[in-house]
Order: sequence, then C-alpha cells, then structure tokens
Amino acid sequence: MMQFWQQVINGLSLGAFYALIALGYTMVYGVLRFINFAHGDVFMLGAFSGYYLTPRVLPHFTGAMAPVGVAIVLVGTMAICAIVGMLIERLAYRPLRRMPKLTVLITAIGVSLFLEYAGQFVFGADPKAFPELVPDRALENTGPLTITTTQIAAFVVTLLLLVGLTYVVKRTKLGMAMRALSNNSTAAALMGVNIDTVISFTFGLGSALAGAAGILYALSYPSIDPLMGVLPGIKAFVAAVLGGIGSIPGAAVGGIILGVVETFVGGSPFSTYRDAIAFAILIIILLFRPAGLFGKMQVEKV
Amino acid sequence: MAFSLVLAAALPISAQDIVLGQYASLTGSEATFGINSSNGVALALEEVNSKGGVLGRKIKIITEDDQSKPGQPSAAVKKLISSDKVTAVLGEIASSRSLEAAPICQEAKVPMVSPGATNARVTEVGDYIFRVCFIDPFQGTVMAKFALDNLKATKVAILTDVRNDYSVGLTQYFKEYFEAHGGKIVAERSFSGGGTDRDFRAQLTSIKASQPEAIFVPGYYTEAGLIAKQARSLGIKVPLLGGDGWDSPKLSEIGGTAIDGSYFSTHFSPKDENPKVQDFVKRYQAKFNAMPDGMAPLGYDAMMVLAQAITTAGSTDGSKIRDALAAVKDFEGVTGKITIDPKRNATKSAVVLKVSGKGNDFVASVAP
Repeated sequence: MMQFWQQVINGLSLGAFYALIALGYTMVYGVLRFINFAHGDVFMLGAFSGYYLTPRVLPHFTGAMAPVGVAIVLVGTMAICAIVGMLIERLAYRPLRRMPKLTVLITAIGVSLFLEYAGQFVFGADPKAFPELVPDRALENTGPLTITTTQIAAFVVTLLLLVGLTYVVKRTKLGMAMRALSNNSTAAALMGVNIDTVISFTFGLGSALAGAAGILYALSYPSIDPLMGVLPGIKAFVAAVLGGIGSIPGAAVGGIILGVVETFVGGSPFSTYRDAIAFAILIIILLFRPAGLFGKMQVEKV
Repeated sequence: MAFSLVLAAALPISAQDIVLGQYASLTGSEATFGINSSNGVALALEEVNSKGGVLGRKIKIITEDDQSKPGQPSAAVKKLISSDKVTAVLGEIASSRSLEAAPICQEAKVPMVSPGATNARVTEVGDYIFRVCFIDPFQGTVMAKFALDNLKATKVAILTDVRNDYSVGLTQYFKEYFEAHGGKIVAERSFSGGGTDRDFRAQLTSIKASQPEAIFVPGYYTEAGLIAKQARSLGIKVPLLGGDGWDSPKLSEIGGTAIDGSYFSTHFSPKDENPKVQDFVKRYQAKFNAMPDGMAPLGYDAMMVLAQAITTAGSTDGSKIRDALAAVKDFEGVTGKITIDPKRNATKSAVVLKVSGKGNDFVASVAP
C-alpha cells in the first residue's frame, strides 16, 4: 500500500512536468490553431539558461538572501525564453501567417531542429551536470513516503501557473483578445484587436512557461543536454491532446494522467513496455473521446 | 573538438603514411567515452610516430564522431573504408555501436580493434574483429562475485537499460553467476537509456519494496548518476553496483554525493602503482590536463597493439594484419597483459573501484 502511494507521488511529480510543458502547447494552439513543435526546445533553452545563470547569480546571494537569487535565476530564465519565443514567432511564423497551416507546421519542425543542433554547437553535445539551485532534500515527517523539495516545487509552480494562466485568459483584457482571436481572427482584427501584439504575447507567455519547466526539470533530473527537450516535448504534446488541445485545465489533467500511468507501468515488472502501455492507454481514451477529455468537438463547416 | 577534427582531416596525407580510421562518440550522451579513448589513441600515436612510426612509415589517423547515436557508426565506418581507404579501424567503446560497425569492417576485410566494447557478440561478428578488453561474461561474474564475497549480499535487484546491448548482456551474466552461487535476484526492472528516460523513481520505488542489499545498474554513467540521486532521495541506502560503463568523471558530477560508496568494475585504476600505469597517467595529464578514466588506457592499448601487429605483419595488407593481431601474446599494455584468445578477445584482469567524488578508490583486482 505504501508503495502504491509512493508511486502516486512519483507519478504526480512527473506529470506536473508534462502538464507544465503541455500548457505552453495548448495556449499557442488555442490562439493560433497550430502546434509549435519548437516548444520542447525552448524548454531545453530554459534548462541551459538556468545552467549558465546560476553560477553567475547565486554567489551574490548567500544565506537568507538565497531565495532572492533563486527567484532572479527563475525570472531571468523565463524572460530569456519569452524573448526567444517571441523572436521565433516574429522571424519564422509571422511571415507565414497567411500560408496554409501545413507550411507553418513544417517550419515549426525546422525551428525545432535548428534549436537542437545550434544548441549542440553552442553548448556542446555532451550532457552537463545541472547545479543545485535549491537543495534537493527529502521532506521530513512524511513517514515511509518520500517527497523531495523539487517534487513539491514542481507541483506548486505548476498549480500556480495554471491558476495564473486561467486568470489571464478569462479575466484580463489581453486574455479576452486572445479568446477573440481564437474565435475568429478577422472579426477580432476588425474590432480593433492588435493581432500581432496578442500573438506575440501568447508566444512570450508560453515560452516563459517552458523556461520555468526547463529549470524545474533540470533540478529534478540534473543532467542536461541539447536534445533533452525532444521526448518531454512529445509527451507533453500527447498530454495536451489527451486533455483536449486548446484547453488549459485539459493540459494539466492530461499531463498528470500521463505521468501517473507511466509511473505505474514503470514500477511494474512490465517496465520495458512503459511507453508502449502508456501510449496504448492514451489511444484507447482518444478512441472514446476523440476531442480529448476537456475538448469540444468542433464541426468543420464546409 | 569539431575544430580539431576538421584540422585532422585537412592535414595532407602523404602517400607513405599508413592511414588508420577511428570512430568514437566524441559528442552525445557518452561523449566522455569517445573523448578519453581517442585521447589515449592520440597519446599512443604520438609515441609510435616519435619513434619513427611502423615499417618506416608514419601513421595518420582519421577520426569520425558518431555522436553516441545509432546509425552514425555504420555511416562513419563506410566513409573511412570506402573513401579514406584506411588500413585498419579503431572503435568503439560502446558495444551497440561496435556491433553496428563490425559487419562493415568484416565485409571489407579491414581489421577492426575495439578498445572497450565488452559485449561478447562484438568479436563473434567475424575473424577481422578484435578487442583489447575483457568481455561481459567475465565482467558480470566479477561483480556478482564481488556482491556475494565482499559485500556479503544475497538479495540483489537489477535495473537494466534495455536499449543497450552491453547492459542487457551484463545483466544476464551477473544473474547467471549470482543465482548459481546462492544469491537471489529480488526484483528486475528496466529503462531506456541514451538520454530517453530521466525519471527512474517508478522502478526504484518498486525495487525498494523488494528490500535488496545492493542494486546492480549495468548502464552508462549519465543514467547511473541520475539513478543514484533518485534512489537516495527515495531513501534507498544500499550500494549500487555497475560495470565499466560507469567509468567517467561525469559520474560523480551528475550523481554528486549520492553515488559515493557505490562500486563498479573497470579496466584500470589511475591509483595503480604499476610504473607502466603511473607513467601513462603522468603523460596523459601533461598532454590533456585531465585525469584519465578507464577508457583512455584502452584507447592507448588498442593503438599500441594495432601498431605492433602492423609491424609484425610487415605489410598493410588487411589479412596479414589480421593474422598478426590474432597472434598477439603477452603484450604489456597499460590495462594489463594482453593476450588475444582464439575468439579474438583479450584475457586480462578487472579492477573494482569504489566511487568517491575525490577520485575513485581501488578496492579489489579480480583475475580471470
């Protein structure tokens, strides 16, 4: 029984990462109806920003000031990723906005490969050990269960960002513009919504989330390399589809489900088939709910 | 590294030079393997050429990076053989990648000497494939023996990298010896290495429930470091055991203090007092400004054995070099006395090291 609850904890913390990355996918999709395949690589850039910022920032904040240093690294990373995300949108996607969706999709794959291999050139391809930004300790008084500080951090940050995002999308003017754009971009433009600004903002926000996810992920799994974003990116994409792509709570729930399923299969004697079984379950869910758990079926009008 | 490769390729190769090819994982998830073994090769090359080369000719080496990725070694070796017309090929440390390139060398009848591929199947590819290291049936036995005799452990769990021929092989031989001598494997779990899996908490949680006295993790250093961290944070206190795939300075960088006190078998210890080893360590440090791990002397020995074989063969003809390699006997290498057996493997002893962030400690030497 103890083992069961421990696996639940393991699954939730793994799922929190998928959820965090999935949020970025789903947001861009919600507004633009297009899948930004470079998202997993912005996540990788987040981990590397943290890797290079930590030794430059943290030594200036010792003792009680340490949390300030950590906050600066986190915010700095999110800012760097937001800028990169907006640049990608400006340079690679915006010129193609009136082109068929397939053109943009292929471009996104190109941007993704560009970031991966430029990363290999700039950072080097060998794995690097991520510095200990916050001490990764097991919490005390949890009985036979172990929960580490980074697991808690991943979960809390995911929850906060989820609430924050929902607030931005549902309650702010910019969020209203995002929803308007998602509904009908021509009509939104006619109503005075500055499409370029809103799309740029969406990319910035999504990429900042990926940056935060990159740091948290690297803290939990402190070996980073330029291809580290590929698999989490794919898994998060699947999580977003499972939850219903375009839906913010859907991304979170999809991520958590994927994490928990993977963990339970991984802990069983069938660990070799972990991804196969996890993905088979996803296919079954999608067979019954093709639009995902929280997605709405949309009928294409011809 | 990329720069020096371009440079090496651009150097004019005079008609008199003997051209050898090397494929190594200079980048990617097992980069330290390729970097260290090719450094060892470079050190040996310098020594051979400073003494006038072999057969009165200098040796040139063309190195290809296989990026630690499947698919790359075959492309690299095809290029070395068909376009660079190399006399012989050196490579690789990883068994999976050696197994990929070996059939191409065998087909072309170009002798291949692997510095560190320990999976038994590598040299079974054909009579042109050699290695200068021990093989996994021996290495797996060494760790099983060590667990039983030194650690007095009778309950061991295994965590295998299923994408890795080397890891799967070691698991099999460890299990065979351990179970035949009264030990019990209490849990067997697996993962996908090569940077695919980074979360091992699921497997480790169920391993913990089986209460092992040690955990055998026969993978490579990146995963071993992460596994150690996650195992300790889950409250698993027993030592982890591994093979020569752990032998990299990155192991402690990634694993931190979590990996301290675990054990692995490998080819050599830089703390070995044998003058041949100490001389090697000194020259290696002078040239590369780093401590050699186990892969560096293997690269060195592979190059030296090959140079000697070319001298004995008295020709750069592939079949004559092959015959000379097969006849290597009692060659004094840095990693021990090398004798090529009829299956083209080197018989020699293994050492067991205890991981410590301040340089791994020598624990035992196990003769074949």
